[in-house]
Amino acid sequence: MNPFRSCPTTGLRVHRTADRLIKANAVVATVALLVGGIAALLVLLTRWEAVLLLEAEMFYRMLTVHGMNMLIFFIIFFEMAVLYFASAVLLNCRVPAPKTGWIAFVLMVVGTLMVEWTMWTGRADVLFTSYVPLRAHPLFYLGVILFAVGALTVVGHFLAILVVARREKAYEGSVPLVTYGALTAAVIAAVTLLHGAIIYIPTFLWSMDLMNVDPQMYRLIWWGLGHSSQQINVAAMVSIWYLLGALTVGAVVLNEKVSRTAFVLYVLFISMASAHHLLVDPGMGPAWKVWNTSYFMYMAVLASMIHGFTVPAGTELGMRLRGATQGLFGWLKRAPWGDPGFSSLVFSIVVFGFVGGITGVTFGTEQINIIAHNTLRIPGHFHATVVSGTAMAFMGITYYVIPLIFRREIAFYRLARIQPYIFAVGMLIFSMAMTFAGTFGVPRRHWDIGFSQALFQPGFTPAVNLIIGVMAVGGLIAIVGGAIYIVVTVVSVFFGRRMAADDSGLGAVGRGLPPGITNPPRALKPEDREALGPSGRLGPVPGTMVLVLIFLAAFIAYYFVNWKLLSFLWQVG
Amino acid sequence: MYRTGIEPPERIWWKKVGRHEKVWVWIAFAWCMVLFAMMPLWHVRGGQNPSGIRHRVDPADYQARVLEFVQEYRVGTDNGLPVVEPPPGSHVYLQASQFAWIPVVRLRQGAEYTLHLSSLDVNHGFGLHPLNINFQVVPGYDYGLRVVPNEPGEFHIMCNEFCGIGHHLMIGKIVVVPDAEVADGPEPDAGAGADGTPNAAANTGGDR
Repeated sequence: MNPFRSCPTTGLRVHRTADRLIKANAVVATVALLVGGIAALLVLLTRWEAVLLLEAEMFYRMLTVHGMNMLIFFIIFFEMAVLYFASAVLLNCRVPAPKTGWIAFVLMVVGTLMVEWTMWTGRADVLFTSYVPLRAHPLFYLGVILFAVGALTVVGHFLAILVVARREKAYEGSVPLVTYGALTAAVIAAVTLLHGAIIYIPTFLWSMDLMNVDPQMYRLIWWGLGHSSQQINVAAMVSIWYLLGALTVGAVVLNEKVSRTAFVLYVLFISMASAHHLLVDPGMGPAWKVWNTSYFMYMAVLASMIHGFTVPAGTELGMRLRGATQGLFGWLKRAPWGDPGFSSLVFSIVVFGFVGGITGVTFGTEQINIIAHNTLRIPGHFHATVVSGTAMAFMGITYYVIPLIFRREIAFYRLARIQPYIFAVGMLIFSMAMTFAGTFGVPRRHWDIGFSQALFQPGFTPAVNLIIGVMAVGGLIAIVGGAIYIVVTVVSVFFGRRMAADDSGLGAVGRGLPPGITNPPRALKPEDREALGPSGRLGPVPGTMVLVLIFLAAFIAYYFVNWKLLSFLWQVG
Repeated sequence: MYRTGIEPPERIWWKKVGRHEKVWVWIAFAWCMVLFAMMPLWHVRGGQNPSGIRHRVDPADYQARVLEFVQEYRVGTDNGLPVVEPPPGSHVYLQASQFAWIPVVRLRQGAEYTLHLSSLDVNHGFGLHPLNINFQVVPGYDYGLRVVPNEPGEFHIMCNEFCGIGHHLMIGKIVVVPDAEVADGPEPDAGAGADGTPNAAANTGGDR
């Protein structure tokens, strides 16, 4: 059998091994999402004081399960699929070491199963962070190590694919921007996973009483894994933004230099964000904190602010070049809002930027962290980034991966079309309410803020109960959205209508295929640029210009309001 | 002609940046500089900084220090916990362990204290309610924070770092009693600086 198949939609040559590796990783990712999602529901219904579903011990156990499955297993398995897609598929190239690919996959799965076993059997009630000297079963740490080694192997494999593609001249010139972005994600992944190995190997030995681990040192290096792995997500997510923009509306790249430089800024500076978690720790001094939490004077924030401009700008320009030139926002009006890939893209950018980004930078400010550390503001922030940003983007690209890679039509397509709306609205309510509850000092990772059995009764204002109630409703809506995603993907992948090898889906009506496939954006011609005419005072992308200025205003307002809140407190120094 | 992010770019892609894109990059850069400047500025001008006096401490030594502190200034008992009332300007030692904050502390409004935090076992979180002041409490490390309570009242310390199955039971108390004489407010004393007391191992620089 020919090791390659030809993609009828894009004309790309797809190596069948790449196909299979992408499928395997994506399927395991979805299973992890399901497990983490069930835990999410249980955790949510416990934190909602009106329900208080689980007992304390089970609550902390499910919180551990939720964190590990979502932040590590779901996301990283999915990213492994993204790496194979962005290299072998986009570059028309073969996978040079299929066996290594499968060994890495098996290592990751075995590691995952070890961790799952220890968590579900109550041998690792240490939460996602597993701060030493809280102790878990040695297999918990060993499982994470095996998982990290497997993932590191995939990163190496990805780099090998890039080398082979270049040597075999699978493409000309430079790699596409999406592959470039995935490459930065891979570099950050290598750094991150090395941190994981550096800290989990001693911790594994410590768990068997073979050596000592300093709790502060653990926190420092562990966050080199814990926070930096979220930066893999950022780089992967931004790559998928460019990818979804290209597939759904033919978004263009305004300037390759700017976008690529922004990715390089991520590689250089984003790993310093480990410091965000150590701002009110006793182990480090102010100079260390200020320097590191700002990622070298906020150069990684600059990178995100650049992408936050170039992605919508590329979308706007791509649509203007194809005739959507009416007014400031005519392009948004004519955008394919019924395409789940496009709506996911928009929600991912907006919620990641407006909620996740602004809160993240604000809470990561050395002094403001005093009024944010370990409160619900922190999970509020990262549910806006990792869930509404990264997971939303991953969900959006799934609606293209199913027909293009799995060669199946999307089952329950009408449901799939509204899925991004349900999920995004739910997560937006959830993360904003959670952040707001944290403003009152409500602690994160806490079974019962009613303190029913405690020595003293602090008692929150009744407003907090209301906000937590709103949070719970938002969370439930999001869980419905997540459940729809899982049902749609699982049914599509295993029972969906198969697409014939030569079926491009072009022009199809009434089938489970997104518009980017049935009616793809037309190729651009040189005369499109002339048809656009001269640009006004706001430049060639006036709509985006207005949007980013609104974003900046919101950022400035939120940032300084927090300084003001801080200034009311006791003097601390 | 423009290309999408999934096509290889033109052979030479290092091109001049459009004027409006450049403007946005510079605006974003300027904002990043503001973000960066605010932190050192607050060390100089602001009243709330997580600097403190920081050094390593053996948990057993810390426990002994807390015991000594309690014996010296004990004034009563609250829910089985000792209540202490140290004089203004003194060092206050608070001990975190599974699952209690010891002792209950009475402070005077407007007076300065050095509040020491450390743990005897695992990581804990100091969260002062309802003010929302939060610090990490790490075993083996003494975090001495100079605090000036600016309002009277009862405040509770909630552990906000998961520390085991009884985590949610770990609540402590700080009482601030009004003091008309010093209520006008002391001089703002921000961040790092010599402490002046002999038994504090002043170590405020970046020691790691």
